[in-house]
Amino acid sequence: LPLLYLQIFINNEWHESTSGKKFPTYNPSTLEKICDIEEGDKPDVDNAVEAAKAAFQRGSPWRQMDAQSRGRLLHKLADLLERDRVILATLETMDTGKPFLQAYFIDLEGCIKTLRYYAGWADKIQGRTIPVDENFVCFTRHEPMGVCGAITPWNFPLLMLVWKMAPALCCGNTLVIKPAEQTPLTSLYIGSLIKEVGFPPGVVNIVPGYGPTAGAAISTHDSIDKIAFTGSTKVGKLIKEAASKSNLKRVTLELGGKNPCIVCADADLDLAVECAHQGVFFNQGQCCTAASRVFVEEQIYPEFVKRSVEFAKKRLVGDPFDARTEQGPQIDQKQFDKILELIESGKKEGAKLECGGLAIEDRGLFIKPTVFSEVTDNMRIAKEEIFGPVQPIMKFKSIEEVIRRANSTEYGLTAAVFTKNLDRALTLASALQSGTVWINCYNALYAQAPFGGFKMSGNGRELGEYALAEYTEVKTVTIKLSQKSP
Amino acid sequence: MKKHDSDSNPAPVMPALPEPLKDLKIKYTKIFINNEWHDSVSGKKFAVFNPATEEKICEVEEGDKADVDKAVKAARKAFELGSTWRTMDASERGRLLNKLADLVERDRLILATMETIDGGKLFSTAYLMDLGACIKTLRYCAGWADKIHGRTVPVDGNFFTFTRHEPIGVCGQIIPWNFPLVMFIWKIAAALCCGNTVVIKPAEQTPLSALYMGSLIKEAGFPPGVVNVVPGFGPTAGAAISHHMDIDKVAFTGSTEVGKLIKEAAGKSNLKRVTLELGGKSPNIIFADADLDAAVEFAHIGLFYHQGQCCIAGSRIFVEEPVYDEFVRRSIERAKKYTLGNPLLPGVQQGPQIDKEQFEKILDLIESGKKEGAKLECGGGPWGDKGYFIQPTVFSNVTDDMRIAKEEIFGPVQQIMKFKTIDEVIKRANNTTYGLAAAVFTKDIDKALTFAAALQAGTVWVNCYSALSAQCPFGGFKMSGNGREM
Repeated sequence: LPLLYLQIFINNEWHESTSGKKFPTYNPSTLEKICDIEEGDKPDVDNAVEAAKAAFQRGSPWRQMDAQSRGRLLHKLADLLERDRVILATLETMDTGKPFLQAYFIDLEGCIKTLRYYAGWADKIQGRTIPVDENFVCFTRHEPMGVCGAITPWNFPLLMLVWKMAPALCCGNTLVIKPAEQTPLTSLYIGSLIKEVGFPPGVVNIVPGYGPTAGAAISTHDSIDKIAFTGSTKVGKLIKEAASKSNLKRVTLELGGKNPCIVCADADLDLAVECAHQGVFFNQGQCCTAASRVFVEEQIYPEFVKRSVEFAKKRLVGDPFDARTEQGPQIDQKQFDKILELIESGKKEGAKLECGGLAIEDRGLFIKPTVFSEVTDNMRIAKEEIFGPVQPIMKFKSIEEVIRRANSTEYGLTAAVFTKNLDRALTLASALQSGTVWINCYNALYAQAPFGGFKMSGNGRELGEYALAEYTEVKTVTIKLSQKSP
Repeated sequence: MKKHDSDSNPAPVMPALPEPLKDLKIKYTKIFINNEWHDSVSGKKFAVFNPATEEKICEVEEGDKADVDKAVKAARKAFELGSTWRTMDASERGRLLNKLADLVERDRLILATMETIDGGKLFSTAYLMDLGACIKTLRYCAGWADKIHGRTVPVDGNFFTFTRHEPIGVCGQIIPWNFPLVMFIWKIAAALCCGNTVVIKPAEQTPLSALYMGSLIKEAGFPPGVVNVVPGFGPTAGAAISHHMDIDKVAFTGSTEVGKLIKEAAGKSNLKRVTLELGGKSPNIIFADADLDAAVEFAHIGLFYHQGQCCIAGSRIFVEEPVYDEFVRRSIERAKKYTLGNPLLPGVQQGPQIDKEQFEKILDLIESGKKEGAKLECGGGPWGDKGYFIQPTVFSNVTDDMRIAKEEIFGPVQQIMKFKTIDEVIKRANNTTYGLAAAVFTKDIDKALTFAAALQAGTVWVNCYSALSAQCPFGGFKMSGNGREM
């Protein structure tokens, strides 16, 4: 697989970094360097912002383009992703360690569908006419915000980028993107597709680099009108602070989670076990939606633990390019060390280690699927986001109790409920302080349905019609008439 | 339907105009049910004519009640709970509509040539405008398919309430001969986007493009029974649809006279839902401060487009006294520069009327204009010795009580009247049972917005005419229709 796109993408052209510096990107399965990438920093971000600003000027080709034509370009981009699906899935697997079949069938599928969903919205961004008092005609316009900064994570590099790019472009904005330093390859490749499809130069710009340098340059930039970030809550707070201190740029954040998965005694037990398993172990546990607090009603607790351990023991860990592999390596040494440290804390604080609990010997960044039972709410593994293949299972007696315990966190991204009882399902759906509540399923995400966090899991929503509000600025136009019109 | 300055649009959609197909073979002449081609139950056929030459093009199977019954059965089955169509993802419905747009684009030349030969439409208009609108409308509705949102509603008491926007069911659609393909697409695109199934009866004068679409619908992959096409006559096949006890909704575009019959039939049978797009006698109001050249041009096209056979024809032009004489003079000049002839040929600006019945009705109204004292400025009679051609005709000094000022002519006959004050012209413009469209030409913002509010019309154009787009709703006040399309 030839690695073609390793530079900074500005104005539909490829550039070296201003500093001349490069940085390496590694394959976490083999621990080998894949290649070197141009390292963007503040001057490169400045250049990208200049380009994005120019592309957003009144009278520019992008601003003059019919809304429907913007939609056509997004559709064509989806077509090209479909054409290059194998290449992109391969790059994603090499760069992240996620199983190839998952990259191909889940990540790429999500990207294509999200692009097509927003392609359809482009010419339906409607304002309203409003009946105000006295002799005035009043209407709103939903205008693009302008230059949008997007800082994307390493767990779903291309998918998280498309979640931002699609609504941003659909609404007529321009973009400056900084992909995670661990995983720049697919984001840079999409630059080549953006150019091939025919987006005007400067509409999409991509600056690979590090958080404290390129990322900070974006969050503090005075000419960036809005920033969208997916990553840790800790960094999300820094970004919101930087946005306030600089120019009050609009902020949307998709942050961490410590997501409760509540299994009631009347649940379909097989379904619940499988969903809870996939819910926590999917993508090597590296999901903001990870089901990392499993609450099981007392009566079925031992059976649930037993079946979950069976599942965990069967989980195939190995080479992500092997079709049988379900779990690849963790993304890097830092994450790997953090996960193992949290596993140790679980053991120390008295949780019962049911299986796993350590790294796979001599295998670099691979960790055995780990299950803890008899977990209590005060343990670190019950409070902190682990972002690894570790499933903590706790017990509960009553619905009121589990609601209280599930909500006792500053996170609030997703929650899941397994029950056949209609009343219980809807009660929990209302009571849980989460941006998404899944009932008898897990990770059911769709381009049509909004996604985002309550509390410190985030600000704002991605996907669905709701994302449009995050990428438009409302202008009210009020016109005086000489006499009142009906 | 003017497209403005596509050069500034970097993703232009106006293609270069090719030559019409020299040897168009009519492949589809049968009734289309369940993605298959059927002979009529009665064995009868009817002839289809080229209005430019009065020659027969071919014969088409003549559908009647028995064929409509078959089609409705197929459409009902395709709509059953659990059917392929009912269980298809909404986004997939959108994909099918986009594919259909791709196929129409592929066969653009065939369809445009067919529309010209069958409908007497100028080939350049058919290729650039009609086909352009079809493709855009399909793509617009494709985008809506997975965005049909219901709401959750906070009601009193212990209840959880939400709305679903469900497809209506089997929709009967009866379409006219003036824009056969565009009207076909306006109806099926919206219906299919929402998940309905369709039984569609094209006008007996112009069934060919509708039948060709049957083949594309099958090729695109719509399940059998979702779209069924039954060519035939109004009093037989059309009435069978409007009276049918198993059709849930009827949509009709045509004359107000027939629209009333359809709504009556719907009431008498099963209370099927009704939408109607009917006639118009649309006022076009020109102020002294208007850009006079632009006003003359828009008023001209607004009336003479497609031989005057448009429901939106601006057939009552009110000109403010100070500029009346100049406006009339320029309008006559404009109307005289016409080449009539075979609409397939380049350099022809006006084709024939659709058939003998229309031809005679228009000539009768022209005579009434002469008799009732309007001043005939140019034209005023038929043209050529073959085909239903009428000279572009301009009447000035028209008063509101004349037949040509009250009745819909649907031909190339332009009425120009004089007015003094705003209140007067508002009254006169609204003094009709029609209310489809209206226009006002002025540079004054106050006047423009006052008229936008005061005119009783479903669409009000300011400083333009015939500006239609898939994104804007279209329909009539009063007896110009019920409901909105697009």
